[in-house]
Amino acid sequence: MKKELIPSLILTVICIVFFSGVYPLLMWGIAQMAPNHGEGFVVKDSKGKYYYENIGQKFTDDKYFWSRPSGVDYNAAGSGGSNKAPDNPDYLADVQKRIDTFMTHNPGIKKAEIPSDMVTASGSGLDPHISVEAANIQVARIAKQRGFDNNKVAALVKAHIEAPMYGMGPERINVLKLNIDLDNIK
Amino acid sequence: MNPQILGVVVMFIATLLLAVPLGRYVAKVYGGQKVWTDLIFNPIERLFFKASRIDPGIEMGWKQSLKALLTINLIWFLWIMFCLLNQSWLPMNPDHNPNMTPDLALNTAISFLVNCNLQDYSGETGVSYFSQVFGLMFLQFVSAATGMAAAAVVFNALRDRTTEKLGNFYNYFLKSCTRILLPVCILVAVIHLFEGTPMTFKGIDTLTTVQGDTMHVSRGPVAAFVAIKHVGTNGGGFYGANSAHPLENPTYLSNIVQMIAQILIPFAMVFAFGFYCNKKRLAWIFWGVMTAGFLILVVPAVIAEVQGNPYIAQMGISQPGGNMEGKEIRFGAIASAFWSIATTVISTGSVNAMHDSFMPLSGMNMLLGMMINSFYGGVGVGFLNFFIYVILAVFIGGLMVGRTPEFGGKKIEAREMKIAMIIALFHPFLILVGTAIASYLAAHDTNMGWWFADAAGKHNASGWLNNPSYHGFSEMLYQYTSSSANNGSGFEGLGDNNPFWNISTSIVLLFSRFLPIIGPIAIAGLLAQKKFIPASSGTLKTDTAIFGILVFAVKVIIAALAFFPALALGPIAEWMKMPH
Repeated sequence: MKKELIPSLILTVICIVFFSGVYPLLMWGIAQMAPNHGEGFVVKDSKGKYYYENIGQKFTDDKYFWSRPSGVDYNAAGSGGSNKAPDNPDYLADVQKRIDTFMTHNPGIKKAEIPSDMVTASGSGLDPHISVEAANIQVARIAKQRGFDNNKVAALVKAHIEAPMYGMGPERINVLKLNIDLDNIK
Repeated sequence: MNPQILGVVVMFIATLLLAVPLGRYVAKVYGGQKVWTDLIFNPIERLFFKASRIDPGIEMGWKQSLKALLTINLIWFLWIMFCLLNQSWLPMNPDHNPNMTPDLALNTAISFLVNCNLQDYSGETGVSYFSQVFGLMFLQFVSAATGMAAAAVVFNALRDRTTEKLGNFYNYFLKSCTRILLPVCILVAVIHLFEGTPMTFKGIDTLTTVQGDTMHVSRGPVAAFVAIKHVGTNGGGFYGANSAHPLENPTYLSNIVQMIAQILIPFAMVFAFGFYCNKKRLAWIFWGVMTAGFLILVVPAVIAEVQGNPYIAQMGISQPGGNMEGKEIRFGAIASAFWSIATTVISTGSVNAMHDSFMPLSGMNMLLGMMINSFYGGVGVGFLNFFIYVILAVFIGGLMVGRTPEFGGKKIEAREMKIAMIIALFHPFLILVGTAIASYLAAHDTNMGWWFADAAGKHNASGWLNNPSYHGFSEMLYQYTSSSANNGSGFEGLGDNNPFWNISTSIVLLFSRFLPIIGPIAIAGLLAQKKFIPASSGTLKTDTAIFGILVFAVKVIIAALAFFPALALGPIAEWMKMPH
């Protein structure tokens, strides 16, 4: 072991410099060419305020499309899911409560129309997306709250559907971008 | 085809198409043949070796290779402990994260040293950028290269000849880092930069949301980290939510890239063995056995997740996306289910959905992936684990048909068999003893004193469970299985940041990493010294489908006998209780 000590020690120091110094600096350099210089993609509203487009926000106000429930209350200084088991009675009671709340705020919706993503927490607690179904069942509420025609809101939702990438993966809607554009409707 | 199914099929095929040429390249690197990266790395490596006073041309025996491996690992352990225990005053800590407690530092240090990345902390609050980059990310490179170098030593020993010289460990180690891991990492990281993953040294950003709330957003040098996290099958995330986090894994494309990045080298190592030892047919048989095992586990998991949660179905709402608790919309249930099995059969342990909230049969298949731990397996070490089963299969097969057990022209004798048996049985031993102790304590609600306190400050052992009943048992079983498989994923509801879990899993981690490296190298080293006997009519042929089935059967029998009772108490019981 003694014979290996010096070579191991020097090789370690060199590897730290190379893989923890040179490699990340190179990536940081390339990041300067990426959108927003590697500080996370942002999207701006009409007043020029910026938001992180990939980080979901809490939307609980009736005049905005709601985002999914969150295990961390959309505080992106942390992240995580509920880690509840499918058969956990406390968890199932929570889901039932969310269904009831949703029904109260969206009168006229049939229970069978609610997609489960609207009442279950995401893995990160920061999911920026909801399913197309989840957006569609909120259209009537938004239209009523804002005094818009139903069709106008439905068209906005349709315009925000992000298609599968080259035919792969699920359809989805970015709630933040949808709500920013909702605020822009005159 | 359903767009979500198409996504995972494309992922798998793309990985295979990339892995075969990469395997050929890896074989050339370990064989010292000319490759295109010579131009860049020859001068760099020469400089590194000269400064370290290493002559990469001097070949080592298997014992000396192990000595070098263990010595350098010990140095890394001391370095990472220093980082984690002093990060509060070290540079690059814009969010002012505190030092780790000694037990958490021990667990984190060992867990990254052994390529497991268990992570009883959350990246946002638990570590500084210095610890992330100079400590954890450094270990993600070198721990992966350690496993690959160990596999290279075994490859060298399995060539058809008699020798005591098995190459130079440092040479295999450094070349694994520079010529294999680094180029792939650069490619993966650059794609991530343009998909929205941050690469900045700035700290938390504070802003007001559209609705008017205040929110904080953690950033950091994520892109470089997430690349080696997958390419080295480490799995430790930059953020707490790992690859479910929308900055760590922002799009469906980044998800595909991460998935390919983590299976790529485990695939390629099998093919590298074929090219290096000139046993290409045998390599394909091995790959076929691994793939059969993977598919048997992944298909039921995908079906279970697409069908959704029957308890939620009973509430009368619809589940068009399947079981969405703990999953992200941008990946969907199918890509998440595929990932959950891929990350557990190889030893990555990164997650893009929360495993605790998967359906019971999916959870069982994740556990089985880690219990068998060699359907692909981690970079390098997956091949070593597989090798143990091959030795067992050769011996059993030889006895069954009355032939001398031989592998690659070398007799398998009592000494090799003893080592193989110890390694094969130690894995279930660590998992089951650990789980038995923890579940005994939880069932008796023992007062744990200093060893454990929950968020409310109570010391009752049942407080570490996030879910009651059978699933609670599964949480504990998963934690030790993940530790012993050096996987690092978790049923994260388990309250594991306390001395009891930090220390007990650290012990499991150390044994389960180094024994499965020492064992196969010792067997291979012993075999390499033996006289080479050319194949004759009395030889049990190993490059046949029959032998492949035999290896598969040996794995299934060992796993079933060892783990069925534990699985019956956890996921199987949970599944049987469900409404069907």
